[in-house]
This record gives sequence, structure tokens and C-alpha cells, in this order.
Amino acid sequence: MKSSTFLSIFIGLYLIIFFGYLFGPLILMSMTAFNSSEFPRVSPWECFTLEWFDVLARDDALITGLTNSLIIAGGVVVLSVLIGLAGALILTQVWPRLRPWYYTIVISPILVPGVVLGISTLIFWDRLGTMFDARYDSVFYDGIFLTIIGQSTFISAYCMLVFISRLQRFDPALEEAALDLGATHTQTFRKILLPFLYPAIGSAAVLAFLASFENYNTTVFTVIDQSTLTTVLASKVRYGINPSISSLAVIIVAITLVGAIAHEALRRREQLKIERGEITDSSSAAANKMQGWLSGNPAMILLMLVFVAGLGTVWFGSQYSPNQCKVDVRLQKELLQQRQGPDIFSPQGGEQTQPQAPAIPDGSGSGASDTNPGRGTFGDVFDPGNLEEGEGAAPSGEGSSGGGSGDDGAAVQSPGASTFGDVFNPGNLEESAGTGSQE
Amino acid sequence: MSAGVGVELDDVWVRFGDFVAVREANVNIKGGEFFSFLGPSGCGKTTILRAISGFLEPSEGTVSIGGANMAGIGPNKRPTALIFQNLALFPLMTVWENISFSMEVKGAGKKERRHRADELLELIALADQGEKMVHELSGGQRQRVAIARALCAQPDVLLLDEPLSALDLKLRQHMRTELRAIQQQVGITFIYITHDQGEALTMSDNVAVMRDGVIEQVADGQAIYDDPATPFVASFVGENNVLSGKVTALSKNVATVDTNLGKLRARVATAVQGGLNTGDRAMLFVRPEAVGIVETGSRGGNKISATVVTEEFEGSNYHVFMETAAGEPLKMSLVNKGQSRASATGTKLTVTFDADRAVALPVGALASE
Ligand SMILES: Nc1ncnc2c1ncn2[C@@H]1O[C@H](COP(=O)(O)OP(=O)(O)O)[C@@H](O)[C@H]1O
Ligand SMILES: [Mg+2]
Repeated sequence: MKSSTFLSIFIGLYLIIFFGYLFGPLILMSMTAFNSSEFPRVSPWECFTLEWFDVLARDDALITGLTNSLIIAGGVVVLSVLIGLAGALILTQVWPRLRPWYYTIVISPILVPGVVLGISTLIFWDRLGTMFDARYDSVFYDGIFLTIIGQSTFISAYCMLVFISRLQRFDPALEEAALDLGATHTQTFRKILLPFLYPAIGSAAVLAFLASFENYNTTVFTVIDQSTLTTVLASKVRYGINPSISSLAVIIVAITLVGAIAHEALRRREQLKIERGEITDSSSAAANKMQGWLSGNPAMILLMLVFVAGLGTVWFGSQYSPNQCKVDVRLQKELLQQRQGPDIFSPQGGEQTQPQAPAIPDGSGSGASDTNPGRGTFGDVFDPGNLEEGEGAAPSGEGSSGGGSGDDGAAVQSPGASTFGDVFNPGNLEESAGTGSQE
Repeated sequence: MSAGVGVELDDVWVRFGDFVAVREANVNIKGGEFFSFLGPSGCGKTTILRAISGFLEPSEGTVSIGGANMAGIGPNKRPTALIFQNLALFPLMTVWENISFSMEVKGAGKKERRHRADELLELIALADQGEKMVHELSGGQRQRVAIARALCAQPDVLLLDEPLSALDLKLRQHMRTELRAIQQQVGITFIYITHDQGEALTMSDNVAVMRDGVIEQVADGQAIYDDPATPFVASFVGENNVLSGKVTALSKNVATVDTNLGKLRARVATAVQGGLNTGDRAMLFVRPEAVGIVETGSRGGNKISATVVTEEFEGSNYHVFMETAAGEPLKMSLVNKGQSRASATGTKLTVTFDADRAVALPVGALASE
């Protein structure tokens, strides 16, 4: 009796750690999207805000990247699904003894590192372009085109796997039956095999879309002078981030959730249909349909809860204005700093009032005024209460990339809270790791 | 169509690599006939059917349908429709769409298709079930949908590959009658495959019995049962007692066979008349229902003494299982006429059979149990 309680406690603990490990970063990062703090973080919690979604919507580089990512993903979906389908169909047709060889060859791009695929795509099309004396604005050097081609080399293999597993469940007698009833081979394909493959085409398309959308290591080579969401994000992380990236992550997570729920609902319905077919008693099955697709799947219920919570947050955000809270927080900080030392407040205040344009103000502020170095000063750094504050502001300083001579001066003066010091701050590392995992 | 379209297999061989699935098949199936291929599983029945329907080309020989050589003509161009062993109904279509598929691929309009489907649903007694999905039907209903789907293509020849094997006994017996009725109604040639001799005998005009790719006998049901051409047919179709020995005399197609139970007389099977000679080793087949208890004071004939092992009562019949003096089993079936069944275990009996109702054949392979 006692050991079983121990065991259940242990298992419970294990599950908490396990799911914490899986979802902790995601949840934490999602929360940072709603904190008005300049840097993605949860604690200290300042104000609930949706402003980072605004910032995101106004970030041109990100939006361009996102648009390109969507265009590329669309292209990859079309190309990969077609190639994957053709590959899978050929597998069922080739001479049985050839099959393992064929399979290995077609599947091999999955085993090749994405980097290698990216570089080789780039080189191949460059050579081809040179052969045809193509200009640099031709398709041979078009980042979007090359990325579609490059990603499809391995994503089509994923798609093929999806199709193969579906085809394995296809009863070839159905094709023969159709032929026997006078259908041509084309009609048999269109009316029998293709409808059977529709679910697999859907799955393959979603898979291809996601794989393309999140791809970095192939894309970073093939995209050349253009950008995708992942390459933009990568460069942002390098040059300093703000919570608008978290808000993007929240949007992506939300879309994924909706997709997962929709997919699960569809799958359940189909499964129910099959079960109903085996029971052949259709009336009772219809009655417990709703119950059927929720029961026995706690993950599904959890997903629904998260989804509802998300909707609630959005609704709350649209009703509530963070301005009053922000003013309060600012006052509080000013009070704190007044108690700690005299010459601090001006940059802090400026920073708080302009969160929408995080890249410019602070760096130039500290760079421009040697006489009023603000948080960059010596005295400040050694004030432990201030360390946190500097951390939050630091990315904006970094954002000014290169900065004025004054900036350099500040860096020399204050290794703690300045540009470089920040990077080594363990608290900071954690945060960017959180966002990093999302890419 | 009422005249019917015949099917002819002329010296057909089918090989898969070195393996011979069908050997030298010669069959002439008349138009409008209900013809069965009967044989144990794996003997090549499906292979023959696939050769007729066009899913495989014979390695040698020709298949003709309605007098026309079918070589090089694909399954979708032949006037045949096949009912698959697993039915192969289209799972993503409704019942009526399944039935009218053959019209859909010819470009018929929806109204026309629906109309025809409803007619056929009427025929198979499934009217107003057309909107259901296939998986919502019971096994027997699916069976009938498969038949309707095949009939909708208006084939000259309907091919059925063990269509009843998935059904339970009761339904199977019911469907036998129904199939036969449908065949007589539409009047087209049915080629039916089964490993169940009961099915073959009850439904067919003619039966071909197959063993290991070889067609051993083609005849009507009664001839198959009463006048088998080979020991395999004799032992595969129905039950038979087997006694082997050497032919010692032949007169007017009655052979005297010297078995270890003494000299027994039997009619020489029609197929081997002239082929069985004195001195040949032979097998003698007697049906259990041809065996009877010797009436006191009867004269001559085949006499065997045996000991009762057990007795089974089946209502209309009872079956007495005995052991002969040579230790071989012998079965006797007696019609229940209300007589007393005083044949307890250990009872010694003398049984007899008419020479006319036993068949003598040259020694050959028997059907394994
Ligand atoms: N495509 C094939 N390739 C190789 N052997 C086959 C093939 N189809 C059938 N056979 C063999 O031919 C024999 C007859 O098969 P089949 O006609 O299906 O028997 P059944 O009488 O049970 O319908 C079997 O031994 C089977 O293994
Ligand atoms: Mg078969």
C-alpha cells in the first residue's frame, strides 16, 4: 500500500518535470508577450499589455520575412506533395526486388544534413546559371525559388513517407474492381485511389508547410539576399530582441493549437465512422458522438482549455488598457531610484514612454550625452537594485548597432550593465533560450 | 442476351515463375449456364477466374468469350464482371454509388444512375438502403450489393470468387438459393468458384473439380457425385469409403477387386472404362448411404463384416462408424425410418452394398482431410 503511494507520487513528480521540460519554455515565453517590460521576461511582472503585438505588426523586416516564409511554404507544399505522391506511387509499382533500393535512395535526403542540402542546392543552381549565362536577377539566383527547391528535396521525402503508410492500407482489389467495372486507369486513379489518399494529402500538406515554415539550416543558404521568418528571427536574436518575438510565438502557438484541435476532431469523427461501421448500429453511435470525441483523451481536453484561456486573454486585452498600470510602474521605479541615487531618472523615463520603438532611443541617448550617462555610469552598475533594470534596457542599446563614440565610452566605463556585459548575464541567456527554442 | 455468352478455355496454362498454377485447362462453358469451379484452397481457382476476367494473361492457350479470343484485351474491355473474394466494395461511396459505378465511368448522368441503382436495389431486396454507406450494411447485404454492382455493368458473364465464404452458415444457405434465383432471372452466364462442394452441387448446372492446377473432371453435379472420374474427385466431393485392392476380373464394366476384406464387386467409373484392366491396382469407393445392413437370408453380393465403434444420430439419418476386420474405418448412413437403433459399441454387423452403387477407379491420390 505504502510503496504504491510512493510510486504514484514519484510518477506524478516525474510527469510534472517531464511536461515542465516540454512546455515550460513555451508557457514562459508566451507570458513574456503580455508583459510590458522591454525585454522578454516574466519577472518582475510589470503590466499586462498587448502592445507587443502592435510592435510586431509594424516590424517590416519580420513581416517581409513572414510573407516570404508563407510564399515558400506554399510552393514547398505544392512541390513536395506532388513529388511525394509520385514517389510513393512508383514504389508500389516497381519490381518488388528493386523496392528496398528505391526506398533507400528516395528517403536519403532526410538523412543528409540540411546544411549540406542548402549548400549543394546553392552551388548546383549557381553552376546551372553559369552554364546558361544567366543574369543575377534570373531564377537561378532567386532566393525564394531556390529555397522552395532546396527544402523540397527533403520535405518531399517526408510527404512520401506519409503517402506510403496510407497506401499500405489500400486494398488493391478496389482498383481491380473499378477496372473490372469498365473504368479506365485514369478514372480508377481519380475516383478510387485519389479519394482514398485525400486525408494523406492533407497530412502531407500540413507536414510540408510546417517543415518549410520552421526550416532554418537549409534556408539560410538558399535564401541568398532575401529573408524568411526564421532568418529574420535569427538575426534579431543576434542583435537583440524584444517581446514582439514572443507575441509572434504566441500567434504561431495559437494557430498550431487550433490546427491540432481541428485535426483531432476530424480524426475522431472518421474513427467514429469506422467504429460505427463495425457495430453497424448507427443510431446509438450518433447519440454519443460528442462524448466520443472528448472522452478518453485528456490531452485534447487540456488543449481545449489552453485554447479557451487564449481566447479569454485576447478578450481581456481588448477590454483593458495598460496605460494606467504603466504609469504606476514608472512612478514606482522613479521612487525607488530616487531613494537610491539622484542622477538617474531621465533615460529611464524616456525608455518607458516609448516601448514601441525599442531600437532607437536609449542607445542614442547614452551615446549623445557624455555629461549625463544615465544607467551606463559607473555608480549605477554597482548598485545591485539597478542591475535588473539595465538588463531590460540593454537590448535597445545593442539595437543601435555600432553606436556613437559615447556609447563606446560607456561600454568601457561600465562593463556590468552595458552591451557586452548583458550577454553574459545568465538571466538573459535563459530568456533568449526560451525564444530560441521556438524557432 | 437470353441466348447467353459462352466461355471457352483452350489448353490454358498459367505459370508464376517455375510454379504452374493452372495446367492444361480445357473447359467449355455454355451461355446462360451456372458453372462452378470446385477445389481445395490453393488449387488455382482464382487464377483461372483472373485469366477469364483479364487480370492476368495465360502463359499458354487462349480464353474466348462469346467466341472471341480475349488475348490482349484488358479487364475493363471484357464483357465480364467479377465479384471479388473480399467483395471490394468502394468504402468511400454510398451503396447506390457503388452499384452504379460502372455507369458513372461511362459518363451516365446522376438521375439515370440513380434510377438504375434503385431498380437493382429492388432486385436484391435492399430498396431504400441506397443512401447508406457500405460499412453500415450487414455481411449478407454487402454481398448482395456486390452482386448488384456487378450486374449493373450488364456483363455477359458474371464471375464469382467464393462470394459466400465470409458468411455464416445460415446466411450462406439462404444466399445459395438467392444467387441461383438471380441467375435464372437475369439469364447470363455465371462462373462460380468455391471450395464448398455443397455450394457447387446445389447451384450449378456443371462443375469442374480441380486439384493442384489440374481440372480432374467436368460434369453435372450428379455425375460428379455418383460417377467420379478420379479418386481425388471421389474423395473430395461428399464422403466415401475407400477400399483398395487388385482387379481380378472384369465383365460388362463391373470389376471384381480383391481387397483385404475379400472379393468385392463394383462398377467401373465411366471416365476410366477401357482404361482399367485385370491385374491393375484399383480403388473402390462406396458412399455411406449406399451401405446397408444385410437382411437375414439375403443372397450373394458384397458382404463385409465389421464392428460398430460409435453411432451418431442426426435426425433424418444416423451414421454408424465401424471398423472392418482389416482395421479400416467404414461408415454407414441409414435413413431414420423409426427403426430401432440397436447398434451399441462392439456390435458385430455384416454390411453390404450394390456393385452398381460402388465405383472402381485406378489407384490415385485422395483428397487430404
Ligand atoms: N501472383 C502470384 N504469384 C505467385 N504465385 C501465385 C500468384 N497468385 C497465385 N499464386 C499461387 O497459385 C496457386 C493458386 O492460387 P489461387 O488461384 O489463388 O488458389 P485458389 O484456388 O485458392 O483460389 C497458389 O499456390 C498460389 O500461391
Ligand atoms: Mg481463391
